[in-house]
Amino acid sequence: MSSEFFIPDPEGHIPSAEGYFGAFGGKFIPEALVAAVDEVAVEYEKAKADPAFAAELNDLLVNYTGRPSALTEVPRFAAHAGGARVFLKREDLNHTGSHKINNVLGQALLTKRMGKTRVIAETGAGQHGVATATACALFGLECTIYMGEVDTERQALNVARMRMLGAEVIAVKSGSRTLKDAINEAFRDWVANVDRTHYLFGTVAGPHPFPQLVRDFHRVIGVEARRQILERAGRLPDAAVACVGGGSNAIGLFHAFLPDTGVRLIGCEAGGHGLASGEHAATLAAGTPGILHGSRSYVLQDEDGQITEPYSISAGLDYPGIGPEHSYLKDAGRAEYRAVTDDEAMQALRLLSRTEGIIPAIESAHALAGALDLGRELGEDGLILVNLSGRGDKDMDTAARYFGLYDATEGAAK
Amino acid sequence: MSGNIELLNSTLAAARAENRAALVGYLPAGFPTVDDGVRAVTAMLEGGCDVVEVGLPHSDPVLDGPVIQTADDIALRGGVKIVDVLRTVRDAHAATGAPVLVMTYWNPVDAYGVERFAADLAEAGGAGCILPDLPVEESEVWRKAAEQHGLATVFVVAPSSRDDRLARITAAGTGFVYAASLMGVTGTRESVGHEAQELVRRTRAVTELPVCVGLGVSDAAQAAEVAQFADGVIVGSAFVKRLLAAPDLEAGLTAVRALAGELAQGVRKRA
Repeated sequence: MSSEFFIPDPEGHIPSAEGYFGAFGGKFIPEALVAAVDEVAVEYEKAKADPAFAAELNDLLVNYTGRPSALTEVPRFAAHAGGARVFLKREDLNHTGSHKINNVLGQALLTKRMGKTRVIAETGAGQHGVATATACALFGLECTIYMGEVDTERQALNVARMRMLGAEVIAVKSGSRTLKDAINEAFRDWVANVDRTHYLFGTVAGPHPFPQLVRDFHRVIGVEARRQILERAGRLPDAAVACVGGGSNAIGLFHAFLPDTGVRLIGCEAGGHGLASGEHAATLAAGTPGILHGSRSYVLQDEDGQITEPYSISAGLDYPGIGPEHSYLKDAGRAEYRAVTDDEAMQALRLLSRTEGIIPAIESAHALAGALDLGRELGEDGLILVNLSGRGDKDMDTAARYFGLYDATEGAAK
Repeated sequence: MSGNIELLNSTLAAARAENRAALVGYLPAGFPTVDDGVRAVTAMLEGGCDVVEVGLPHSDPVLDGPVIQTADDIALRGGVKIVDVLRTVRDAHAATGAPVLVMTYWNPVDAYGVERFAADLAEAGGAGCILPDLPVEESEVWRKAAEQHGLATVFVVAPSSRDDRLARITAAGTGFVYAASLMGVTGTRESVGHEAQELVRRTRAVTELPVCVGLGVSDAAQAAEVAQFADGVIVGSAFVKRLLAAPDLEAGLTAVRALAGELAQGVRKRA
């Protein structure tokens, strides 16, 4: 039972019973979690069939989140993109400041339906953590957020927001101390506390059914954007562009355009210091198929199957895995994935701020940088849709250091 | 060359014939170094373990608590590779004649090649594999390779496993069943709860395979308690702790041997 804003089960794109999109997906989890993961799948199927679930989620998406989100044309920015027209889908204007709230509200309602009283989640940039802490405050759920220690430092504002909302934030000190390690720690918590705890997974990765249900909760992004751009530009875009870490905002944007084969779907991965440097998080560009965090997908790994440490200036993209449906879309040739370096993303962040008065998240700035390149390729007749997945307030410390804004040396430094 | 599944079966059967539980020890390969790790695994067997599991250290050990995470970190920083894990199996088995299994997350096996890993493990004298994040539904490719190469496939069951799943899992497994004593990651615990006994009872109802209990067992008293109701007692983190706490390797090996001896007495105390 769908609603205007909750539109599950796109035709032809439901994973197999075992959770596979082609060769990718599945459920590689310890036996201790099988019952809990199966419970999520069963409850999601029940919820989809329940008009009350769709109605409650719809009400939240409209009156709490503020959907539909705006579509903004950015001509002064587009002047740097070869003259192509560029429209931004403004997920940054959602309550909590990113697309993450779409999925979180859906899963929070599932948590209540399952009778669980505690929620755990991982977060990289803190956007999923903030959204989860927000929903837990709204629904009176106990909330623990795992965040890599490196990320708690570079996204300190979001740590404060989560704690203000009443969540416990645990800084994870193992491994690379980033998103991957936060997920490891969240899984350890879940195994030990699964009776009363739901793991509110934040991206379209993880074991089945998470890639499917997180995608379904984000499909609203593309459904709205497709309708809006048809109204405003009178035609479909030449390309839909989004950043990809785990891939949730990208899959949300892409999905409504899958049948529109004339629309190129372009995911921008974190190229860090460049692919040649080895310091990046470009999983689809440089990875190989393997298993990480419960599903088969592309991963950054060595020949022994050890996961290699990713790098990105963006905490939200600093992840060595990717949702399995993206791996499927890459191998099927339906979507393209490009690596965008730290420097390219930061330049795009500043450009959008100064030409349009919109400060994007560093994650989303990767998509903006991709759009600049793409616009130059398409020329003046091009029409590009970019998902502006989050706002950049949280990144002001990183940006100020990068551009030398604290001591007004900007320009000399960069 | 065929693997040593029969050696594993006969070792567990011998313990049962003696009316005692078997003692199964765990240490990761490459900890603290590859050569010293071989000595540590051998010391567990010399001290009184009937069977050992050699851990394949992984970058993302999501089912392990801080103790084994620390050991894995040390091993990986030392550069341990899958070939070193296989050498640890080979050397420990050659030195003692005991059954040696590998315990590993699935991705390293997947990356190494399923058939190649099974063939190389059998060739090294290994007895089987425990794959805690490979659910039975995804295990067919591995099980075929294991069967072909004479290796046991040990599945983990948990207190949350429903009876129908216990039947399905144990029907696919060989060697023994690894019963997780509690819902949680590896690590020593103050006590092993009633959950373990209940899980063993439910598992025995659906299989003839020996049922060994792991997670949380750290001393002779706990081993004796578990031995009352299980066919085997699995101890890992407690051995790692002894090595981590020792001032030097020789002291660590002495401590490992001593712990194995105490636990071996524990598993022989059936009322």
